[in-house]
Amino acid sequence: MSDKLKVTIDGTTIEVDKGTTILQAARMIGKNYPPAMCYYTPLKNTGGKCRVCLVKVAQASEANPRPMPKLVASCLTQVEQGMVVENETSPEVLEARNGVVEFLLINHPLDCPVCDQAGECDLQNLSFDHGKGITRYEEGRREFEKIDIGSKVQLHMTRCILCYRCVYLADQLTEKRVHGVINRGDVSEISTYIQNAIENDFSGNIIDVCPVGALTDKTYRFKQRVWFSKPFDAHRNCSKCSGKTVLWMKGDDIIRVTSRKDKFGEVIDFICNECRYDHKNPADWVIEGPRHIEDTSVISANKYELPVVSPAVNVDAKFVSE
Amino acid sequence: MFFSESRIKEIEEIKKRYPEGRHKSALLPVLHLAQADHSWLSVDLMDEVARLLKLEPIEVYEVASFYTMFHLKPVGKYVIEVCRTGPCCNVGAEELIHHMEDKLGIRIGETTSDGLFTLKTVECLAACGTGPVLQIGPEYHYHENLTPEKFDQLISELRAKA
Amino acid sequence: MGKKILLEHVDVPGIQTLEVYRKMGGYQAVEKALKSMNPDEVVEEVKKSGLRGRGGAGFPTGMKWSFLDKKSDKPRYLVCNADESEPGTFKDRYLMQRIPHMLIEGMICSSFALGARTSYIYVRGEMMYVIRILEKAIAEAYAAGLLGKNILGSDYSLDLYVQPGGGAYICGEETALLESLEGKRGNPRNKPPFPAVWGLYGCPTVVNNVETIADVPWIINHGGDAYAAIGIGKSTGTKLISACGNIKKPGVYEIELGVPVEEFIYSDEYCGGITEGRKLKAVVAGGSSVPILPADLILTTANNEKRLMTYESLSDGGFVSGTMLGSGGFIVFDDRQCIVRNLWNFSRFYHHESCGQCSPCREGTGWMEKVLHRIEHGHGKMSDIDLLVDVAKKIEGKTICPLGEAAAWPVASAIRHFRAEFEEHVRNPDSCLKKHLHREAALAH
Repeated sequence: MSDKLKVTIDGTTIEVDKGTTILQAARMIGKNYPPAMCYYTPLKNTGGKCRVCLVKVAQASEANPRPMPKLVASCLTQVEQGMVVENETSPEVLEARNGVVEFLLINHPLDCPVCDQAGECDLQNLSFDHGKGITRYEEGRREFEKIDIGSKVQLHMTRCILCYRCVYLADQLTEKRVHGVINRGDVSEISTYIQNAIENDFSGNIIDVCPVGALTDKTYRFKQRVWFSKPFDAHRNCSKCSGKTVLWMKGDDIIRVTSRKDKFGEVIDFICNECRYDHKNPADWVIEGPRHIEDTSVISANKYELPVVSPAVNVDAKFVSE
Repeated sequence: MFFSESRIKEIEEIKKRYPEGRHKSALLPVLHLAQADHSWLSVDLMDEVARLLKLEPIEVYEVASFYTMFHLKPVGKYVIEVCRTGPCCNVGAEELIHHMEDKLGIRIGETTSDGLFTLKTVECLAACGTGPVLQIGPEYHYHENLTPEKFDQLISELRAKA
Repeated sequence: MGKKILLEHVDVPGIQTLEVYRKMGGYQAVEKALKSMNPDEVVEEVKKSGLRGRGGAGFPTGMKWSFLDKKSDKPRYLVCNADESEPGTFKDRYLMQRIPHMLIEGMICSSFALGARTSYIYVRGEMMYVIRILEKAIAEAYAAGLLGKNILGSDYSLDLYVQPGGGAYICGEETALLESLEGKRGNPRNKPPFPAVWGLYGCPTVVNNVETIADVPWIINHGGDAYAAIGIGKSTGTKLISACGNIKKPGVYEIELGVPVEEFIYSDEYCGGITEGRKLKAVVAGGSSVPILPADLILTTANNEKRLMTYESLSDGGFVSGTMLGSGGFIVFDDRQCIVRNLWNFSRFYHHESCGQCSPCREGTGWMEKVLHRIEHGHGKMSDIDLLVDVAKKIEGKTICPLGEAAAWPVASAIRHFRAEFEEHVRNPDSCLKKHLHREAALAH
């Protein structure tokens, strides 16, 4: 008997290793895989929170051909032999996903026009793919007291979807975690609680793992819309990290340095703060060539021709002046 | 000094309830002791708890801010926590809360100017059959089947004690 | 009078003490289990008894015990869920306060059955005085050789501790409780893995409600079959019902499962009828999260059969015309009570108690509360009513833990059975609000 397990997702069957999750199997198939806003392969214990990756298990396994009673988080549910999964072929899944997108947006400020993440924002993409383009929410939107978390990273708590990735990253990649999730329920927030800077050799990576514009690069603030900048793969000899980065150029200037991400938007090699912040001179880098950008990205595909946000929704002036 | 010697001993005893390396389990019991001693949890106090339990301070802030029993801002000598959940409202909690505010001259969440009383509403205290109900820390005795008259009497007693 | 398993001696003076408790037959089950049974035999009796989890889910206890990973070489834990916080429920507090040793005896027997060497009773922090009572009783049990090393001279040893919560309804969810017991925020875990495999400190763990564990000594003393002979069908044994609201005699009642709901409400043995001779309007039969039923449907099923206090009868008709036994938190509403206002109150509760971890619950509970607040305060629209139904539907079944359902069901059921009252609030907000003006206290957050 082989150790491989057969799983069928939206009619496509694939063999995967034991321990593979439905999401991973779907990504292996490579098309129409579930979205993921909190799960993040490079960070242990992520997943299960945002609920956008919910799928229907129409058959739990060959041995137990019954459907699972509820939709399951595909990022955490492991494949069983003979499992049959419905993702985009299930109206129930699409409706649930649509509901989750709506939940994620009701308190979101919808300030994309002034958000540095716009154009490379997972929430924007998710809304485009699974949202309705209108809102039924008429109540006041949540606000937070602004806090300063240091000179390198800008925190916009109103945009946060509480994926916890930055918290896990601080636990797993840095020596000492000084930020976390405080308070409870819908007033939970990413915070240091006391005035405290999140600064250590790898702290800048919280920007790269943030799926939305909650954590952005302060040194890049308002410098350029991402789709007008040109990304290049580059590397340098670094004693702290792999030194493999993406340089985001405006003309001959490096306006931002980030880690490289795979086609699922996950960081391939976390980079150190020295590479990210202290080498904005092109001469410091060996430039390998233009960064390949997935054709799903706004940067290459002009994806946002259609309005994502209802024209009826006005962006509050305070977000512009922030 | 945040804790007396006997408190420190007590905390060491509490840590022994859990397996090796699982001393973080002591956090809630120790935060209760800290609050009983100091009436609220200041940053310095939480940092001391973190030091005693070998935790990062943020781990203490995360936990203390999750649970509603912990006061993260200064409070009065007596924190009156009155239930505002459905079953108590069926038997007059809303009217009683109104009376409490009038009696003390403060709104929910406020502290009387003499620093004696803080008024808080809380969710269900599991005393629905004997509501309306309130409790006062750090002993957290329940005062059940409350009426405006009983409340007035309780306030008089507490004022006399203070 | 029905059979009393838990509350038979509740009024005996001094029953809080070990001495009196033992005089009344207490700790015989520990002697019997440790001296004449092996752990598997205890599990077998509990299975035979048909005992179901008394915290609300009603899952068969024996089956839950048998899921415990016995192959693992890690320590096993039994954790008692004494985080009683479901609005309308106050039976566990009553039991622990009045007969603390019954829970401790149950913990010893159950820990023995499960092979646990350290067990915890997680009590909600607000019940600090109950914690003191339990700690005192535990100290007595240690002194009498009923806890600690080599209990009653056997080779079984057990340490038992009480752990306080900190004020969070969500910690009544078993995995949130375990997180909290580990000193963390009470965020429920994704399942699987279930606690039977990955529980406290990553070890195999069983989490049981206070009442469930307190039932175990009787089952050991009298046998699982004797327990199963009480009640009806799969609703075996007795159940503690916390009765509250607009009834003449609120309190904790031990009933044999199968008592007709009508008898429970109107008989002098139990609730004694509605206060001030008012009319019964509605009942929430199993704690705030179960569907509310109007008077006619709580007394008789849609098929016109007498509704009984059993798991099956209360859920007869599904969510269209039935409800659930849940935790046995029985909240009675008379004809003066406003369903909209009560629902707004419950929705605020779930909003306040959501841990905030997963998006449907974090965002949806607040949304529902705000819409209900508007309707109750005279700013509702007709379309809000269907909006609420839809939001509830989009939370239900999509969340990490059952708080999603707990928040959604009251909304869905109140609108299902009392839609006209919601419409009336939209149509005539002033007259609806006037009724409550005198009740307007500062109940906002």
